[in-house]
Amino acid sequence: MAADRLKVGPIMCHAHGLCAELLPEMVRLDEWGYPILADGPVPPVLRSDARAAVAACPTLALRLRSD
Amino acid sequence: MGQTLWFASRATGLVSLLLLTATVVLGASHSGRVATTRWPRFTLHAVHRNLSLLAVAFLAVHVATAIVDPYAGIAWLDVVVPFASTYHPFWLGLGAVALDLLVAVIVTSLVRTRLPLRVWRAVHLASYALWPVALVHGWGIGGSDSSLSWVLALEGLCLAAVVVAVGLRLRATHPDSEARR
Repeated sequence: MAADRLKVGPIMCHAHGLCAELLPEMVRLDEWGYPILADGPVPPVLRSDARAAVAACPTLALRLRSD
Repeated sequence: MGQTLWFASRATGLVSLLLLTATVVLGASHSGRVATTRWPRFTLHAVHRNLSLLAVAFLAVHVATAIVDPYAGIAWLDVVVPFASTYHPFWLGLGAVALDLLVAVIVTSLVRTRLPLRVWRAVHLASYALWPVALVHGWGIGGSDSSLSWVLALEGLCLAAVVVAVGLRLRATHPDSEARR
């Protein structure tokens, strides 16, 4: 099975920061509030949290891609 | 049964107004990036979403009881086709307009991640139209209920809450939105 990876669209992202609240294990914010994503695929235990973060992103800038 | 259905319809209508008001206030606040340490962004978003779904449940009872009750003779079609009913065509029609818009807002939100953001947002902004339409529907169709002081006070408080929330939303700024001007 292909592993899911998080991607953020840097132009679509408006620095709302919900991703860092919902998935702190993989997302931290820079000093302006924009997300910095952890490298590598989303571990299976975090998959539902990652989906929640993607669904809550106000600008749909955060996406899960399987590669 | 007597007047039970009619009372149920009026009561669930008023509760729906409260829930829709809270939904709009929370939605405008969330969009304006309101957050505290005790109420981070995702909590406002979650309560906004869940209250809107609760409002849908109350509206389902509100609409169903109004139709099932034989007193007003409201047909199923009158609920979705505006201004076609024999019972208070204008005031009931406003309710139908609000309901149609609400269905569009809810359905697009349920599939939000699969829609272009612009489409979801355009439909979601209809909330700011449907809320006042729903308020006027309730006020106009309420009959003698609408002259009760506590009902008028409730409607006034709801109106004030939405006016304040929308006013704060319009004044909200953020460096990201400033940079995109």
